[in-house]
Amino acid sequence: MRNGYVTGPILGALWLVVIASTLAVTMSFATGALFRPQVTLSLIWGAMIGWSFVRFPAPNGLIRLTVSAMVGLACLTEFGPILIGPEVTLTSRLITLVSLAAILHLSLQAILFDVPFATLTRHEFEAAVIRFCTGFGYIFFTAIVIIPFYVMVMTSLKSQQELLQNPLDFSIELSRGWDLFRSYAELFSDFNFGTYLWTSFYVSVLTVFITLLFSVPGAYAVARFRFKGQKAFSRSILLIYMVPMIVLALPIYIVFSMTGLRNSILGIVMIYPVTTVPVALYMLQGYFRGLPTEVEEAGLMDGLSRLSVIWKITLPLSLPALASVSLYVFMIAWNEFLLAFMLLDDPSKFTLTRGVSMLNSSEIPRQHLMAGAVIATLPIMALFLGLERFMTKGLTAGSVKG
Amino acid sequence: MSTALPPSGSGALAKREARLAWALLAPTMISISLVVVLPLLAIIWISFKPFTLTDLRPPAPIVRESLRGEGDNLRIEYRIRNSSQEIAITSVTLSDTLPPGLTLKDDLPDHCHLTNRNLFCDFGDMDGGARERLRLPVLATDDVDALEDLVKETKPAMTGAGPSMLTNFEFSMENFTRLFDGGEFWSVLWITLFYTVFGTIGALVMGLFAALLLNKSFRGQGFIRGLYLFPYVAPVIAVAFTWVTLFDPFSGSANALLLQMGLAQTPINFFGDRPLALIMVTVFEIWRYFPLSFLFILARMQSIDTSMYEAADMDGASPFQKFWLLSIPQLLGILSVLFLLRFIWTFNKFDDIFLLTGGNAGTRTLTVNVYEQAFAISNIGAGAAVAVVILLCLLLFSFVFFRFISREEGL
Repeated sequence: MRNGYVTGPILGALWLVVIASTLAVTMSFATGALFRPQVTLSLIWGAMIGWSFVRFPAPNGLIRLTVSAMVGLACLTEFGPILIGPEVTLTSRLITLVSLAAILHLSLQAILFDVPFATLTRHEFEAAVIRFCTGFGYIFFTAIVIIPFYVMVMTSLKSQQELLQNPLDFSIELSRGWDLFRSYAELFSDFNFGTYLWTSFYVSVLTVFITLLFSVPGAYAVARFRFKGQKAFSRSILLIYMVPMIVLALPIYIVFSMTGLRNSILGIVMIYPVTTVPVALYMLQGYFRGLPTEVEEAGLMDGLSRLSVIWKITLPLSLPALASVSLYVFMIAWNEFLLAFMLLDDPSKFTLTRGVSMLNSSEIPRQHLMAGAVIATLPIMALFLGLERFMTKGLTAGSVKG
Repeated sequence: MSTALPPSGSGALAKREARLAWALLAPTMISISLVVVLPLLAIIWISFKPFTLTDLRPPAPIVRESLRGEGDNLRIEYRIRNSSQEIAITSVTLSDTLPPGLTLKDDLPDHCHLTNRNLFCDFGDMDGGARERLRLPVLATDDVDALEDLVKETKPAMTGAGPSMLTNFEFSMENFTRLFDGGEFWSVLWITLFYTVFGTIGALVMGLFAALLLNKSFRGQGFIRGLYLFPYVAPVIAVAFTWVTLFDPFSGSANALLLQMGLAQTPINFFGDRPLALIMVTVFEIWRYFPLSFLFILARMQSIDTSMYEAADMDGASPFQKFWLLSIPQLLGILSVLFLLRFIWTFNKFDDIFLLTGGNAGTRTLTVNVYEQAFAISNIGAGAAVAVVILLCLLLFSFVFFRFISREEGL
């Protein structure tokens, strides 16, 4: 196993299977035509190219390039790593084989770069295996994350016939122009999605404000003051994390039905903060603990009251934490589905998630559902990508509810 | 000379501090006890009652008033019924105003009397499912059609109420006996355990791999980290429906891909076949929550002292040895905390399975069962009984959690 002429071909063979499958899936998703990875042939070709990469190291660039090109060209026949269907256009063929050759060449060169054509030391061997696994890991994780989102966006841009004709064909006819966004236009004009978007937005913002209003004093008290029951309190906050929402939703549903709060935004705004206050309190108290007490004590010495110390010293110092918590709470409120689903029946009062769930019926075409999903996802993604630093910090700080 | 002693007990300052602390905590505590503690008590209460969705409103008399017939036969009819089939309502009365243009022809029945066009009737008690009909022959002096609308507009007021199922003190174990008698419960429990255990472990292992990938600095690291968090950040409803669309047996891209690549001969019904559906919802759970474990593990990895790895390098440790003998022991703490937390949260998970399969095809977990019992079969009491079982399980888990976490994190 730990010989260059064994390690090289094995890693090469496995790597070509990975690359060929990835490329075949990518091209299938892009064009909808037939691209099929051929595992056995890939193993043989890969073993060959792996062997030659180890046999002809650094100075023999031309030889390695020739071998890679050969593997790429093999795709024009039936015996290449990827079988290309007869109906595929020449451009797609060329793209496939050129990218196969190029990606294979560069990546395999990186994986096998100091594997000698002789016995490997344990270090060299493990380093090569790790490089292989790293490459595989990036492809794997990126694929599983991107494919669903890709399908979501692309489906929303298609028309019903196109979807039924070939569910794999995600190529976009740019000639359709603005007509591509027809599903979106219909959602906004016929399904009130503008209202839902606005409802979701202000419900989420209100939730953030109410949550902060409750959790900032609470977190400060837990972090700074010594009092009987402090420990029990932080524990019970954690315990509340562990109560499943559906268990609470049942009695809340009963009470709201009886008091007429069901089907009202007021009821939703009353309930959402309670689900987020424990998380926010937990995140904030961790942050407050980390702030130096000396600054606050100096304020107290100079005659500020406790409350003005919190307002004038602690809060300005913890702005980054407040930003993280706000973002996180906003995300929870925006994504919340269960309570909105159970408590709202009146289409004029739906939040966005409730509106999307309404689209999941056999009478409404799939592309509308996917367009709804995109509308629900985009704002939170934009917020997240723009403020990624705060978000990741907020997520880790709270040890966080899922 | 007296010796100086440290002050004993709590001084005025400490007391004031404690008072302020409780004052600051009060809003949170009140709201949480209103929305968390009270509902929990309510659910235990309800679980001992045969309570269905229709019992949500307490039994009450329902009345319908109409002007019927014509000419000599013209009459006002009140049709009254008890909304509940079982429970009796006490002291049912009706009061209404006769519209102008109508005069009563005959005398009123004994239990009714009229003062200045105000009609009042006393029906006494009504049994469950009872119906009453009150016919009052009248003479019309105006146009009958206009009167008909007038009669409909003046709604009669009813009084009388029955005991609400919710507040009486009758308890039964019926919900629980039915829950445990059916063989279904054990299969639900087994499905929940499968989903929870594999979902948790899968998400942890995937998170660990993703963290290993990104535990080095390179250009674009931040971008890839953000990308890998997408499944967690996106609304569950969006990603769940995307998965359903993607794996649809008829128009799904996944099936089209598998067929085209020759990996499947017939379309696979991913979310409709046992046991595949259960595996798929578990895979979804792993996919959606690996980012969370990934983020925590990465944060812990980046805080491991690099000098340890340098020392290991000096001693000639190989990469795998460094991983097994240095990284893993360092990560064991966060891994076990994450395991416990994720275990509990996966156990609690409802939305994902509800949206993916609706609990069909062998994917009904305990939480989905709460919903099924309470709303699909509209037996709230049975749903509450399942919820109580969940709470008992959670009590057990949190006991383990706190014993363990106290050692790990010093909480």
